[in-house]
Amino acid sequence: MKSAAFDYVRAGSVAEAIARLAADPFGTKLLAGGQSLLPALNLRLSAPALLVDIARLPELAGITLTGTTLRIGAGCTHASLLTAPEIARHAPLIAEALAHVAHPAIRSRGTLGGSLANADPAAELPAVMLALDATMIIEGPSGTRHIKATDFFTGMFETALAADEILIALEIPIRTQRSGFAELARRHGDYAIIGLAATMTADATRLAFFAGGPTAQLAQRAAGALGTGPLNHERIAAACTALAQDLPAHDDPEASASMRLHLARVLLRRVITPWINPSIRTPITA
Amino acid sequence: MKPITLTINGETIRATVPPRLHLADFLRDQCGLTGTHLGCEHGVCGACTIRLDGAIVRSCLVLAVQADDTIIETIEGVTDSGEARALQAAFAARNALQCGYCTPGMVITALDFLATAPDPCDRSAIRAHLSGNYCRCTGYEAIIDAIAMVGGQ
Amino acid sequence: MSFTDPDRPSRQIGRALPRSASRRLAQGRGRFASDITLPRMVHAAFVRSPHAHAELGAIALDAARAMPGIVGVFDAAAIDPWCTPWVGTLTHLAGLKSAPQYPLARGRVRFHGEPVAMVLATSRAEAEDAAEQITVDYQPLPPVVDALAALAPDAVPIHPELGDNLAFERRIEAGDIAAAMAMADEIITLDFDFARHTGVTLEPRAVVADWNEGEQRLTVHAGTQVPHMLQDIYALHFGLAAHQVRVLAPDVGGSFGIKIHIYPDEMAAIAASRALRRPVRFVADRLESFIGDIHARGHQVRAQIGVTRAGDITFFDVDDLTGIGPYSAYPRTSAVEANQVINLIGGPYAVANYRARARVVFQTKAMMSQYRAVGHPIATTVTEALVDAAARRIGVDPVTLRRRNLIADDAYPCQSASGMRFEALSHHGCLEKLHAMMGYDALRAEQAALRARGVRRGIGIASFIEITNPGAAFYGVGGAHISAQEGATIRLDAAGHVVLQAGVTEQGQGTETILAQIAAEALGLAPEQVLVRLGDTDSTPYGGGTWASRGAGVGGEAAWQAAHALRGQLLTLAASLLQADPSRLDLRNGQITDDDGTARMALADLARIAHFRPDTLPPGIVPELAATRHHVPRDYPFAFTNGVQGSLVEIDTETGFITLLRHWVVEDCGTIINPLLVDEQIRGGVVQGLGAALFEACRYDAEGQMTNATMADYLVPMAAEMPDIEIGHVCTPTAETALGAKGAGEAGTAAAAAAVLNAVNDALAPDAALLTALPLTPARVLAALGVIG
Repeated sequence: MKSAAFDYVRAGSVAEAIARLAADPFGTKLLAGGQSLLPALNLRLSAPALLVDIARLPELAGITLTGTTLRIGAGCTHASLLTAPEIARHAPLIAEALAHVAHPAIRSRGTLGGSLANADPAAELPAVMLALDATMIIEGPSGTRHIKATDFFTGMFETALAADEILIALEIPIRTQRSGFAELARRHGDYAIIGLAATMTADATRLAFFAGGPTAQLAQRAAGALGTGPLNHERIAAACTALAQDLPAHDDPEASASMRLHLARVLLRRVITPWINPSIRTPITA
Repeated sequence: MKPITLTINGETIRATVPPRLHLADFLRDQCGLTGTHLGCEHGVCGACTIRLDGAIVRSCLVLAVQADDTIIETIEGVTDSGEARALQAAFAARNALQCGYCTPGMVITALDFLATAPDPCDRSAIRAHLSGNYCRCTGYEAIIDAIAMVGGQ
Repeated sequence: MSFTDPDRPSRQIGRALPRSASRRLAQGRGRFASDITLPRMVHAAFVRSPHAHAELGAIALDAARAMPGIVGVFDAAAIDPWCTPWVGTLTHLAGLKSAPQYPLARGRVRFHGEPVAMVLATSRAEAEDAAEQITVDYQPLPPVVDALAALAPDAVPIHPELGDNLAFERRIEAGDIAAAMAMADEIITLDFDFARHTGVTLEPRAVVADWNEGEQRLTVHAGTQVPHMLQDIYALHFGLAAHQVRVLAPDVGGSFGIKIHIYPDEMAAIAASRALRRPVRFVADRLESFIGDIHARGHQVRAQIGVTRAGDITFFDVDDLTGIGPYSAYPRTSAVEANQVINLIGGPYAVANYRARARVVFQTKAMMSQYRAVGHPIATTVTEALVDAAARRIGVDPVTLRRRNLIADDAYPCQSASGMRFEALSHHGCLEKLHAMMGYDALRAEQAALRARGVRRGIGIASFIEITNPGAAFYGVGGAHISAQEGATIRLDAAGHVVLQAGVTEQGQGTETILAQIAAEALGLAPEQVLVRLGDTDSTPYGGGTWASRGAGVGGEAAWQAAHALRGQLLTLAASLLQADPSRLDLRNGQITDDDGTARMALADLARIAHFRPDTLPPGIVPELAATRHHVPRDYPFAFTNGVQGSLVEIDTETGFITLLRHWVVEDCGTIINPLLVDEQIRGGVVQGLGAALFEACRYDAEGQMTNATMADYLVPMAAEMPDIEIGHVCTPTAETALGAKGAGEAGTAAAAAAVLNAVNDALAPDAALLTALPLTPARVLAALGVIG
């Protein structure tokens, strides 16, 4: 199980990496942490001509807080986010989710940008970004553009990134909100059968499910059924009912579509129900 | 072929490697460090776990070229330095290994746990930290015992 | 000699000593076959069939030959002159049929993953590059996936020359089933479905073959359990004399029965070494392991139990169906698993009425054969789930029903309805010990209290028997060159230490250490003064190796007898020097002593005189300082062991997830040579069984493709989900040997899944939900509860 041959270059800048991508967009792949790419290479499921290593680019590093916006570099590793005080304080949902992502020796290499750009439908972080209403910052030959997370994940392993673009960072608005996370995986660190990352502000609830369809997605109808104002069990039950219209049917050997929907409802209840009690708060403050 | 320079177990190593060569094969075949084992080559079994710049990684999921200008520590290194001595003694005393194929990866992962854990004797925390390291022989309990023994020292 | 006296001199047997190899292995200083590099060595990679069943057309090799680093490219036509085919049948399995199997497929492919062509290159990566350039014309044939469908009259015969797809069938009928049915107040019928598993040894299969044209000798470094068996088979199929073949078993990264079979890819790689006259390494990668290693345990069983209202089990009736892939495995066959299933069902119970049928069927999936605890998990799960179902039906506690029906501890020797002969077992002793260890009554009370609060827990019990220490009845009588006997050679070296060579092998279970303990006790030495050497057909006495939990009981006995013979030689020699009566001398702490322990002479001095100053010995005394002894069980076909396991689970009835909270084992392997090693064998075995209970399954689609052949998709048990396991022992030594040791390697695996299944069904009993399919996935739990359709 050895990779097919490829060439390798370590990019000195984002601009160089973009130029490399632009030169051969379909034969070139970006290499960040490599924790999804290398298995695919070793299994010969992917055979690029050139890997452009962007792991050490300073432009992709760091976490900065500006006003009410938290900017996280795409090159930040899972492990660094798990222990970053800014994350713990302003976006604890990220750390809560990361504890479920694979294992320590994977999280030390895997990057935030890599997880998002890979867009595995069963991955945790895309859903977290949906729940946090994140904005993706993308650079390409024609400059920088911003895409909301809701527009970023376009399909199974597909994103709005063009072949010559790089996800360089994402921005999360800091809001006063509750957040919660739950997933059901057969074993610790496995990809989930179904998972939920959720946030609730005074005027909006965001229920981001993963492993429930071809891509992480917001359950809009369920969120609508929850409504705003004081929560109660009836509203949660209504949200669970509405969930059937949100999650596409999807069978796999682990779970049928109907089982997935059932489990999604269980997670929805388990994450949201504690929020009925107004004394339980997990606020995010600027 | 790409030239790389890296520090392996305290030694500076200069080598020329094909880009596709993963670090585990580089360590085993070019450096003779066969204590790093390959169990799956797709990042699931943990047998190839080593330390790269102080953090544990799967060496089957790192290219040798990516390891240019890094510091690598393998089971041979943590053995020679004495860092793993107490753990290795505890593994032996508790019979926490049978075939021994997972053991180098287990020891490296356990060292990481002991260095970072708030409570190094917390059995469920040990189990969670080792959750990506497969052992078919022991059933894990003796490994947990050995790590908790050292954690309590 | 009693090994139970803790105060006896020179006590080594029974001590919880750590293994001698542990320090080396924990330092990464193991030497595995996959570590071995030889000068001019080349690497093998294979083109494997993507189809489950197809006619093979043209195979285009030229593009591969032109690739960089390529040393050789082979298809069947090129490899067949170097290796004769094999057939996995044995005469004592009456009626078993199979077809010749070749290193590379000829004419047809019959399973997804079957090797079709082989490339040898200076690196594995280059070999894989070239293998990708080989094109093969396949004309797909209908896959034969389902075992029952394979028996249909219109099923495609996988080997037309064999007629149909029924490889083997056996029936047992004992007692009077009709009368037993009439006597039963309740008859319960359950349909069981057991998934296919595979061993997932962490080190994949690995061979480094080195044909030396100058010596005309073949040396194979193999990750194996059976060096002498391989030597015999390599000689036979490569056209060599046995002495032209040397098999070395270095450290082996897990085996569990997987590394006991003849595999076509390994045979091809070894043949290539001969053809190319240079060393060849083949290390299966993980994908090749999943589709190429032996699978096991895929069974469908319809089973019945009859029980009276008073709680007497009146009969068992079972029909077992298993699909084994397209060939019976060589040389152990693929009929043994089903054969053992029906031999073992009902075995712990005093039930005279038994009817069974086993059918073993060809299909176009990977081959099935022996894997740890062959047949036991199926037999134990069927038996114990039936017993629990009977207990529920008549409304008694499952422990109560077992107390009533398990064979009484004073009823031995006796035999089971299937004809298994039991020398001495301890079912009741084990059950009562388990009951106490579990705090069974308190657990039941806690279960009821928690159930009232909506927490769903279940308690499961599973009694079992285990086949260990087999004699020639297992394979030899059927014509296989698989040695049931073990040899041990021991010699005193000039420094007064001993070297022990034995035919049993080390797979991590601690063979080296227990042999050292046995010899050390016989000779009054410390175990570290016994150097044990295994795994080399050039230098070890002939033996069968590691299988069927025989290392301690058979190999250990040979070592004990050899060490005793050496002891006699040493005492005779010492007596001549000391002018003493040898029967009044002893060996203790490295000294020749009087029988009261008074030191007379250091063993090192005796060794020194014998080696360097034989001129000072009395006239006519020629020191003999080496002995070889062999042992083979003859009184019984197998030494049965027994035990019982308990499981406590909690079920999340909303999600179907099962949490294993605690697990208990009480087992009886006779004399325990090293309790530390025995307990860890049991724990490791239990966790393999827990994998079966919750996770493991080789999944195939309708086309016969294995769809989860990665470690991300085939779920093995990992640390976070496994419980701690409490172990207790009852000790009933076998009278057949001086040591009294029986095997312990498979006890854990035999009953773990059965205990968990019973615990889960206990938890779900209030919902009238019943599961009889393993693994116990959330989907199956939710379906049983009616939560999902």
